[in-house]
This record gives sequence, C-alpha cells and structure tokens, in this order.
Amino acid sequence: MTEVIHPDAEYAAFVAQGRLMLQRVVSTGELVFFPRLAQPGTGRTDLEWFEAAGRGTVYSYTIMRNKPPAGHEVIALIDLVEGVRLMSRVVDCEPGELRIGMAVRAQAGEVDGVPAILFAPAGELDR
Amino acid sequence: MSGFPRGRTAIVGAAVTGIDSKPGFSAMELLARAALLAIADAGLTPADIDGVFSTLPEDPFSAMSVPEYLGIRPKMVDSTRTGGSAFQVQAMWAALALDAGLCDAALICYGSNQRSGAGGLVRSGGTPFPYEAIFKPRNPTTSYALAAQRHMHEYGTSREQLAEVAVAARKWAQLNPDAFVRDPLSIEDVLSARMVSDPLTVRDCCLVTDGAAAVVMTRADRARDLPRPPVYLLGAASATWHRNISTLDDLTVTAATEAAPRAFAQAGVTPAEIDVVELYDAFTINTILFLEDLGFCPKGEGGRFVADGAIAPGGRLPVNTNGGGLSCAHPGMYGLFTMVEAATQLRGTAGDRQVPGARLALSHGNGGVLSSQAVTIWGTDETL
Repeated sequence: MTEVIHPDAEYAAFVAQGRLMLQRVVSTGELVFFPRLAQPGTGRTDLEWFEAAGRGTVYSYTIMRNKPPAGHEVIALIDLVEGVRLMSRVVDCEPGELRIGMAVRAQAGEVDGVPAILFAPAGELDR
Repeated sequence: MSGFPRGRTAIVGAAVTGIDSKPGFSAMELLARAALLAIADAGLTPADIDGVFSTLPEDPFSAMSVPEYLGIRPKMVDSTRTGGSAFQVQAMWAALALDAGLCDAALICYGSNQRSGAGGLVRSGGTPFPYEAIFKPRNPTTSYALAAQRHMHEYGTSREQLAEVAVAARKWAQLNPDAFVRDPLSIEDVLSARMVSDPLTVRDCCLVTDGAAAVVMTRADRARDLPRPPVYLLGAASATWHRNISTLDDLTVTAATEAAPRAFAQAGVTPAEIDVVELYDAFTINTILFLEDLGFCPKGEGGRFVADGAIAPGGRLPVNTNGGGLSCAHPGMYGLFTMVEAATQLRGTAGDRQVPGARLALSHGNGGVLSSQAVTIWGTDETL
C-alpha cells in the first residue's frame, strides 16, 4: 500500500508515468475520484492507490470547434468500469463516430505538451 | 420547520443600467450607477443604506470597496461568491438580516464592463481544477454542452427544442427597449449558426455584455411608506452540489430540484401559481433543465414543454420576459437581472412586455457550471 500524502502531486506523477491510478478506501473497498486526502462524505483516510483497468464508456462528450484552419478537440466525461467518472479527451475518433455509451480505452498522451491520460475508441479485444 | 420571514421584507428600489455601455467605464462605475439609480428609485439616499451585498467579478474585496465608493459605513456587508446565483443567496441573507434588525436598508449590487473593458469574458478568480484543467475545456461552454448532449441522449431533446428557447428569448427581447439584441431570430438561424461546442451553436450561448443591476430591500412596514409598490420576498433557498461538471452525478439533474421545493414551501405556493418565471439562461439547455428542476414540467419533458412558442410572448408560461441572458444582457454574472425583472413585472411597469396581472414571480440564479442553484419567490401585496 502506498501511503497517500499529497494526492494532487502523486496523481500528477502517476500521469507523467502514463499510469491511470485511482484511490480506494482500504476498509470498505469504495473508490474515490478525484484524488483527495479523505473519502468525501465520510472523512475516511485509509486510502490506497491502485491502477485502473483503463476501460470505460463515454457518459457525454462535446466537440470544441476551432476557427479554421485549426481542427477540433473532443472533451468527454468517461465512466470507468471501476465505477468512477473523469474528464478526458477522446482521440483517434472522427466526430461522426462519437456516441454516448461507446467503449473507450485509456492511453498515455499529452495535451499541449503536458502529460495526460487520454481515451480512444476501444479495439475489438476490449469489447 | 422553516423560519423564513415570508413577506416581511421587500424590494423597494430596483435598476439595471449599462447594458450597452461604451468603453470608458470601470466595473465599479457601472455598479455605482445601478446602485444610485436603485437607491433613488427607493426614495432613499446612500446614507440610508446600512447593509451592502456587493459583487464585482474581479474584486474579491468588493464588500469594502463598494461601500467606500458610495460613501456608506454599513453595519453589515457580504460578498458571497457562488457565481451567477450569488444575488439570490444574498436576497435570502438580506431578508434574514433585515428581519433580525442587523440592518434596516440592504443594497444588493453588481457591475461588469466585460464587453467594453475586457474585450470578452472576465476572469472571476476561481482556482483551476487540475482534474479538468489539463484537458483545456472552454468553460463554461464545454460543461453546458456536456449537459445538453446528455439530456438529448436520455430524453430525446432536440436541437430544434434548444433553438426554441433562444427564439422565445429573442421575442421577449424585442419587447424590451433595454435588451442588447433585438433583431429577428428564427429556429433555422439558431440551427445554422456557427457550431461552438456540439450541440451548442453560438446562438445557444448567452451574450457577452456590460451591465449593472441593483436592488434595495427593507422590512415590509417601512416598504409601505416608500414610493414604489413593495415586491415582497416570500421564499428563498439555495443548494450546492458540486463545483466542476465532472463531479456532478447526473448531468440532467441540478441542485435546483432541492432548492425549489424549499423556496416554494416557504412561500406557500406551487409552481402552477407562478405568473412569471425569470431563470438563469446562460445557454439554451439551462432553460430546459431549470423548467424541469424548478417544477414547471416533469424531468425530461423540458424540450417538449418549450416547443411551439410555449415560453414566448403569448405562450402558456412567460419565461425570461426581459429577453434573458440569451438576448437581453449577460455581464458575467446574470442573476441579479432576473430579480430586477421579477420586481419590474410585479410592479406592473414592464411596458410592452408586461405580463398582465402578474402577482407571483420566481427569480432563479445559477452559479458555476450548474453548480450553485438559488431560488427566490416574490409577490405583490395581494399574495401576503
């Protein structure tokens, strides 16, 4: 078990390694996201990090349109199979293929040079 | 039990100004113009004000700088920062403070020069949320677009129904000489406008304007001796569920579902009795979501509720009779404008857009990204 002391900094360090990590309450198994010092609502502090499977579905999305010639970016809310939701970008996907409920898979990437966990349409093996 | 002082306080002065201001005015100057107009409207002078509830987007210390500018030494101040709902929250606290005798005349005031001065959206000083900021959402638009997309998915709400909201707002604005945009707007115009963030086009998004607004509240007994017909505060409640859109459980249900029943219970009225609804329409999806969450139609039915001009002039329910944030004004935090319009309608001084015989009005505020929800219910003396 990794003792959680600096949730924001530790999460960012995991992302820089290309890892999507979540917090779990040791005593109950409940999940916490976004990373915090204590479980929201209960204040439990027996939190540990674990690595997410990296699979999920699109809860909602929007295509941020730019003035030409710049393209677009897709911002989405992803429901991970573990049961937590996070914001990310969906890449490697044509706007017309985007669907709420579509299966996506996490991949290490970056946004404007800053490491980030992005999502792409899941391959056949993931479905 | 609710100890809310129903009908024991009232708006006695109200003003909006500066919606079309030209470069050269600071936000403080616009705020002061609105404040002085509202104080004069109440038949009072600045020296009569002893409670100041102030908001300036870029000044975290407006609770001190506004009294200083107006030359007031208030007994109590407040500068709640819940975004655009701050003013409804402040009306709630002002009513309690007046009723408790903490102050005798409360000024609620706001001003922004975001269009003429800042050339666009002003920064309001919020701390970026690292779990969203890294992906560079363009808030607030991104968050509301996510909510709109989900509502369309779950309930079959259509882009045409979203466009109905913008068209209804424009039709009301055409009746309001103070509205910033008054040229004709059709459903097709909205649908064919530049897509900003799917499913929202630029015509699904609120204006970016300057503007200032202010109201003065006193206890009801004093209100009856002042020149304007008092507009009584019958109920006020707020609820806060989140700050960032990724932490809201269900993007189609807001905390207004919790605030509205409390406000209605305080007021002792039901949504069906409300004559005019002034809600916070920063985006077309807002109007649909809030008509549902405030109790005017069932969850999921908002899109069908607004269809066929139902909330436009001559429709079944007058909504955002000033033209709203979509067509009247949106100076960053819009909530106080819904309150001034509610008061204007209940005074019967709304001119061409007057809802005949309006006795009960709801003024709603929304802050953040569907985050803070606040509801106030106002009535004429007949409703006491």
